[in-house]
Amino acid sequence: MGFQPVKFYQTGTYTVGNRLLSDAERSVQAGESRSNSINSGHRACQGCGEALGARYAIDAAMAGSNNQLIAVNATGCLEVFSTPYPESSWQVPWIHSLFGNAPAVATGVAAAMKVKGKTNVRIVAQGGDGSTTDIGFGCLSGMFERNDDVLYICYDNEAYMNTGVQRSSATPPAARTATTMPVGSEPGNAFGQGKNLPEIAMAHGIPYVATATVADLRDLEYKVRRAMNIRGARYIHLSVPCPLGWGTASNDTIRIARLAKECGMFPVFEAEYGEVISVSKIRHPVPVEDYLKPQKRFAHLFGKTPHPETVARIQAIADRNIRKYRLLEEGEN
Amino acid sequence: MSNRPFAITLKPGTSLANLTGTWRTARPVYLHRLPPCNNACPAGENIQGWLFHAESGDYEQAWRILVENNPLPAVMGRVCYHPCEGACNRGQLDSSVGINSVERFLGDEAIKQGWKFDAPAAATGKRVLIVGAGPSGLSAAYHLTRMGHYVEIHEAGPLAGGMMRFGIPKYRLPREVLDAEVQRILDLGVTLKLNTRIENIEQSMKAGSFDAAFLAVGAHIAKRTYIPSGDAAHIVDAVSVLRSMEGEDKPMLGRRVVVYGGGNTAIDVARTAKRLGATEAIIVYRRTREKMPAHDFEVEEALQEGVMIKWLSTIKQAEEGSLTVERMELDEHGVPQPTGEFETMEADSLVLALGQDVDLSLLEGVDGLEIVNGTVQVSSNMMTGHPGIFAGGDMVPSERTVTVAVGHGKKAARHIDAYLCDTLYKPAPKHELAEYNKLNPWYYSDADKTVRPMLDVIRRQTSFDEVQGGLNETNALFEARRCLSCGNCFECDNCYGVCPDNAVIKLGPGKGFQFNYDYCKGCGLCVTECPCGAITMVPEET
Repeated sequence: MGFQPVKFYQTGTYTVGNRLLSDAERSVQAGESRSNSINSGHRACQGCGEALGARYAIDAAMAGSNNQLIAVNATGCLEVFSTPYPESSWQVPWIHSLFGNAPAVATGVAAAMKVKGKTNVRIVAQGGDGSTTDIGFGCLSGMFERNDDVLYICYDNEAYMNTGVQRSSATPPAARTATTMPVGSEPGNAFGQGKNLPEIAMAHGIPYVATATVADLRDLEYKVRRAMNIRGARYIHLSVPCPLGWGTASNDTIRIARLAKECGMFPVFEAEYGEVISVSKIRHPVPVEDYLKPQKRFAHLFGKTPHPETVARIQAIADRNIRKYRLLEEGEN
Repeated sequence: MSNRPFAITLKPGTSLANLTGTWRTARPVYLHRLPPCNNACPAGENIQGWLFHAESGDYEQAWRILVENNPLPAVMGRVCYHPCEGACNRGQLDSSVGINSVERFLGDEAIKQGWKFDAPAAATGKRVLIVGAGPSGLSAAYHLTRMGHYVEIHEAGPLAGGMMRFGIPKYRLPREVLDAEVQRILDLGVTLKLNTRIENIEQSMKAGSFDAAFLAVGAHIAKRTYIPSGDAAHIVDAVSVLRSMEGEDKPMLGRRVVVYGGGNTAIDVARTAKRLGATEAIIVYRRTREKMPAHDFEVEEALQEGVMIKWLSTIKQAEEGSLTVERMELDEHGVPQPTGEFETMEADSLVLALGQDVDLSLLEGVDGLEIVNGTVQVSSNMMTGHPGIFAGGDMVPSERTVTVAVGHGKKAARHIDAYLCDTLYKPAPKHELAEYNKLNPWYYSDADKTVRPMLDVIRRQTSFDEVQGGLNETNALFEARRCLSCGNCFECDNCYGVCPDNAVIKLGPGKGFQFNYDYCKGCGLCVTECPCGAITMVPEET
């Protein structure tokens, strides 16, 4: 079950490509003819995880739909940096309406295609964590509940980035944002709030829910392809680090995404009809400090007045994820 | 004035008009770094380069890249002390790549498949005399012949190979392997004259109208030390013991053999004595195991075979059937000092393995030469003080190993070629070293080193069968694929994949990649995520 990595051939499936693998075993991204759904010249920041994740995901969806794809976009970084009127980086049919209605627009596009008898045309809706977990949440829940034939992809960078890094309901505890400043006895974002959208999606009992990161391309491509083979409402939650909002170096985006998974903060799994069917095991376990320290949004936890008790609470969240999703190899749990 | 709407700077359509490369303050550039294995190889092999082809199963191409620098891979894969593996970055990840075992596999495969060297370049008409058909002479002959020069090797002994034949025991280097690799060099068109001792190098050069000479006579004269001994004491030297192993009459050493010395030759002769039927083979060495010049794995193999080693001891006297040994102590500088405590050991024969000297008689009367401590001095181009006469191998100051000798032969060949063409050979500048911290080891699969099969101890003690086995195709391929390709692109497509701006152009198999600086924003993701450290960031000019 789940993505079956090739563990040998020098770098196996860890790298984007591998000259030692057969053509069938190679990734979409390694191909010279990948669709580059989002083209050069977009205005994302240097090292943007979302721009990268969007190309990874939509290229895979294109490959999985025989290039018969319409993309619906919520308002957010992805929309703003790709399509400042009148230019657009998208090389797929693409529509943007409002911040909160992308799932509903996608439902409509899917219905229109059905009416026109074009069932070969597939619909992807995409948005950031703001439009997904906050503003468009009602529309999304409705889309799930009706089991509309849409793949919804959430690019989770854990705050409203293009408006200046305000907290969303996907912002992790203790993180500094413009609206959760590191002041007071419990600096940064509060514990115990926010939404775990993959689990909320699973609670709707839809056919497919998966999480992924930009650090594991092959796993992400597998999940998108798999989702494209299923009809009905599907949801992929993709972790895309934001150098600007997280305060990380632009060259560290993938490393940070990898650490998020390896420390247990971002469990990578897939679920069918509300049941987890596979998880990506942690390869080299690390404490959460390794993940938090390179990020300036957590700098107040390690500064002149460190907050080890807060780090311990974050570690407890990671440990809970590791237990709950069985993220360590058998025998290590 | 633009007549476009408010705040609109571009025409409708694609974002390609937006050259985001202008944001960049630093640019990524592809580069080659020097893999530590290549850097450590005394023969200057392009190890990463040949492993690259072995990884894809193209063993012939791998072998062809290998022999560009070293014509003796099957020999190397057996007798080289593989400093490459000591330097291998994979050693910091799990364990070093078994480079030596893959080299042996390629060498053996070449013999099995009958692969021949590429034909030499067009004949230059220049003639080079090589003295000695050991590793250094053979290597020089090979390279010079490939460059198009006429080469004649004059060898004093009855067979080619030098110390590879008359010094290294069969259980480490089977003779059919050596013969096959020597023959392949001769097939290139090298003339080999056996049993031809050069008495005077200048005369021989003049007589054969040679334009240059390369001396590689080795070091075959056993060093002696004064040990008071009775008339009947049986004292021989290690060089003649090992040499006589190649003849009809095997040396008679008796049941208790004592070997005096601590180098690889002492180990070789003790292990040989054991195989000849000695019940006890004892090495007497004046210092400790840590100070022993012999390679530790050879010491270990000898101990496994039942060779005994008496540390901190010197031999003071030899009589028929017995030796007097003095116990030594290391002083604070690590130098052994006598203690005045003596003991007697039974011994049917004493073999001296105290090092070797060079027979320099062929150089008498040659002007311009400089001899220091019994070795011929050469400058950095391997030429002696006498123009046109080059030298290498054990007869010049260096570490005396087959691999170093092969390296000397190649280096000398390049300089001889330049000398013959009246130019100067300038080696290409070395790339910066690909250190471990330049790699991103996340991407490499977890895979521990393949263990080479070893002959069981009983057969090792009683026969001259080869001790260390080779790899088969499956595990040789596995081992080759453990290579990290340090500092050199192996086309994993990571840079092409991880660029958020599609600013990496894939040129196709074997052609690598290119940056599209029109759109590269200089984020550096490609550099960080390159597994092998083949990209670097350089600041943009302001």
